[in-house]
Amino acid sequence: MLRSFLTRTRGRGRLDLTDWLTFGYLALAVVLMFGPVAWMALSSFKTESALQEYPPSLLPLAPIHVEVEGYDEPLQLFRVTGGEHEGKLLAQVRRIGLMSQMVDPQNPGERLQVNINDRVPEREFALAVENYSALFERFNFALYFWNSVFITVIATVITILFNSMAAFALSKYRFRGRTFVFILIIATLMIPPTINLVPIYLVVSELGMVNSPWGVIWPAVATPTGVFLLRQYMLTIPDDLLDAARMDHASEWRVYWRIVLPLSAPALAVLVIFSVMWRWNDFLWPLIVLTRSEQFTLQLALNSFQGDLQTSWSNLLAMTVLTLLPITIVFAFLQKYITTGIAQSGVK
Amino acid sequence: MAVLQLDGLIKDYGDVRAIHGVDLTIDNGEFCVFVGPSGCGKSTLLRMIAGLEEISGGELRIDGERVNEQRASERGLAMVFQTYALYPHMTVRQNLAFGLENIRTPKPEIARRVEAAATMLQIGPYLERRPKQLSGGQRQRVAIGRAVVREPRVFLFDEPLSNLDAELRVTMRGEIAGLHRRLGNTMIYVTHDQVEAMTMADKIVVLRDGRIEQAGTPLELYNQPANSFVAGFIGSPRMNFVDVTVREIRADGVMVSDAAGNDYRAAVNADGLKPGDAAELGIRPDHLIVGDAAGHAVTVQSVEQLGGESYLYCETGAGTPLTVHLAGQTGIRRGETTHVVFRPDYTHLFRKSDGLGMKRLVVGEAV
Repeated sequence: MLRSFLTRTRGRGRLDLTDWLTFGYLALAVVLMFGPVAWMALSSFKTESALQEYPPSLLPLAPIHVEVEGYDEPLQLFRVTGGEHEGKLLAQVRRIGLMSQMVDPQNPGERLQVNINDRVPEREFALAVENYSALFERFNFALYFWNSVFITVIATVITILFNSMAAFALSKYRFRGRTFVFILIIATLMIPPTINLVPIYLVVSELGMVNSPWGVIWPAVATPTGVFLLRQYMLTIPDDLLDAARMDHASEWRVYWRIVLPLSAPALAVLVIFSVMWRWNDFLWPLIVLTRSEQFTLQLALNSFQGDLQTSWSNLLAMTVLTLLPITIVFAFLQKYITTGIAQSGVK
Repeated sequence: MAVLQLDGLIKDYGDVRAIHGVDLTIDNGEFCVFVGPSGCGKSTLLRMIAGLEEISGGELRIDGERVNEQRASERGLAMVFQTYALYPHMTVRQNLAFGLENIRTPKPEIARRVEAAATMLQIGPYLERRPKQLSGGQRQRVAIGRAVVREPRVFLFDEPLSNLDAELRVTMRGEIAGLHRRLGNTMIYVTHDQVEAMTMADKIVVLRDGRIEQAGTPLELYNQPANSFVAGFIGSPRMNFVDVTVREIRADGVMVSDAAGNDYRAAVNADGLKPGDAAELGIRPDHLIVGDAAGHAVTVQSVEQLGGESYLYCETGAGTPLTVHLAGQTGIRRGETTHVVFRPDYTHLFRKSDGLGMKRLVVGEAV
C-alpha cells in the first residue's frame, strides 16, 4: 500500500510534468523540514572534537586506532597523501613539530618520518553513545524528564477537563450573556502573553507556587483556543442526543461525561496534541517560575547546557533529540485526528 | 397507573406565547395523539410534558402529583425522538442499557430487560452493532427499545415515523399500536400525519397555534368536527368546502344556497344561525353521489384511478373545487361534465365568522 502510494503518478504508467513538479516540491519540503532534524540527530552521535571539525561531516565519524606490536597504547591510523610513503596506511607514534613519527602496522620495527600535511586521519562510522549515557550519569536527565512529563500530563488533563466543561456550557446551555462570555474568552487571544507575564507571576507568587510545578500548570490550563475549538465542535452534536440522555435519567454531569465528551473525541485529540506541544516546549514561563535546578523542565535543562564561556554541544544535542522524541510519538499517534478535528469544528 | 393532567399549560418564548393555556386529561393506558400542522405547538407541548422545555404557566400533574419543577430525568417518562437520537458511540446493547445504568439497576436485571426488549422488537441480531450500521427501520426499533426497557409510566413519541419511507411507516405504525396493546402504558404520540392519528389513537388532540381545537376519539372528530379547521384536517382526502348563505331553518336541517344559486340541505341544528348568515358547507369526498341527474353540474378537471378506488377532481359552476371519491373504477374522463348529489345526512355546516361546526342531526354511518 505504501509502495502504491509513493509511486502514484498522474500520467498513466509514466511520469507527467505534474509528477515531476509534485515530487520535486515534496522532496524540497522534506529536505527543508526534515533536514535540520536529521542533521541534529546525526550530530548528536558525534564526539565533541568531531563537532568542532571544519568542514563538518554528515555522518558521525571517529578516527581509527590500531594495536601495533611493541606499543602499549592503540595508535591512530593515517593515510599518507604525499611524499615517499604516499598511499600507505601508517600508524602515528608521536608528533614532533611539523613531522610525525609513524610506523607501518605490518612492519612495526621501522620508524618513518612523514610531514603532517601529507597525511589524513583514517576514519570510520562510529556512534558516540557516551553523549547519551553522560546525560544519565553526569546530568540528572531522568529528573528533568520526569518534571517535564509531570507538568505536561497534568496540565493537559486539567486543560481538557476545564476547557471541555466550559465549551459544553457555552455550546449547549442557553443563558443570558452566553455570547458575551464567549467573546470575552476569545478576546483574551488578543492580549500578547508578554503583557500578562508580570501580573500572572504576581498571582503565582502570592499563591506560593513559585518553584513548584503547579506554578507552571495552573496559569496554562485555561486556553481560549481550546474552549473555542471544543465549543465549535460541540455545536455539531445534536441536541436531541442530550435530550435523549436526559430522558434516560442522566444527570447533567453524566450527559457531559458519557455523551458529549466521547462524541467530542476528535476535537479533544486536537487539543491534546496542542496542549502537549505547548507545555512540553514551554520555555519562557517555566524559566520565570522555576529557579531551582531540581525543578527544571527539559527545556530549562537544555538552556543550562549553554554556559557563558563553554557549551557542551554533544550533550546538548543528545538531550535535544531525547526531548523531541516524546512529542514526535504523540504527534505520530494523534496526527490523523488533527485535520478531521479542525475541519469538523470549523464547518457548520 | 399514570394519568396525565394538563391544567392551563402555557409556554412563552420571550414575548411570544407558543402554548395558550392547554387543558387536557390523558387517562391511564390511553393512546393519545397530538396532531396539527407544523408550528402548531404539538412538539413543544410534548417536550413540556417530557420536562425538556420549561413550563411558563399552568400545572402539569402525573397521577395527581405536580411535576412542573421536576427535571426530565426525574419524571419517569420515556421518549422516542424523530431523529432516533441513538448514541452513536455506543452499541445497540449499550444504548438500551444506558438509561437503566443511570438509575443503578442491577446488572442481571439490565441484561434481562435488554434481552426481552430485543426479542420483542426483533433487534436481537444487532445488539453488538453501532447505530450507523443499522437501517432506518432498525434504528427506529432500537429507539423504541430504549424507551421500552425503562418500563416508563408514559411513553412519548415525537413524530417517530416521519423519517421512514411510506411502506416502513405502515409497518412501524402497526408495531407501535401492537406495542401499546401489549404493554398497556399511557402513550402520547405527536404527528402531523392525520392518517397516523386516525389509525392509532384512542384520543386525538387537534392543535392549532398553541390551542386545542378539539379533543376526542378519531370517529368523534371525523363525524362531528368542532370547527372547519378540524374538519379540514381530519380525513383524507380533505373535506370539500363550499361557501354558502343560509336560506331557511327547517326541522330536518338548514337550507343553504351557493353563489351560483344551487340549493343544498344540511341535516344539522341551526344553533344560532339565521337566514342570510354566511356559512361554509362541508362534505367529505366519500359522501358525494356521482351521475345522478338531480344533482349539481360539475366539470371533471382530472381523474385518479387507483384500481380499487377512484378520485375525481371537479369544479362546480361557481368555481369551487370538489373532490369525489368513488369505490372501484370509473368511466368518467377528464373534461366531462357530470352531476353530483350532496347527501344531506352527511353534510356539515360551519359558521363563516369563526368556523364553528353545527351539531349534526344524525351522526355516524348508522344512518
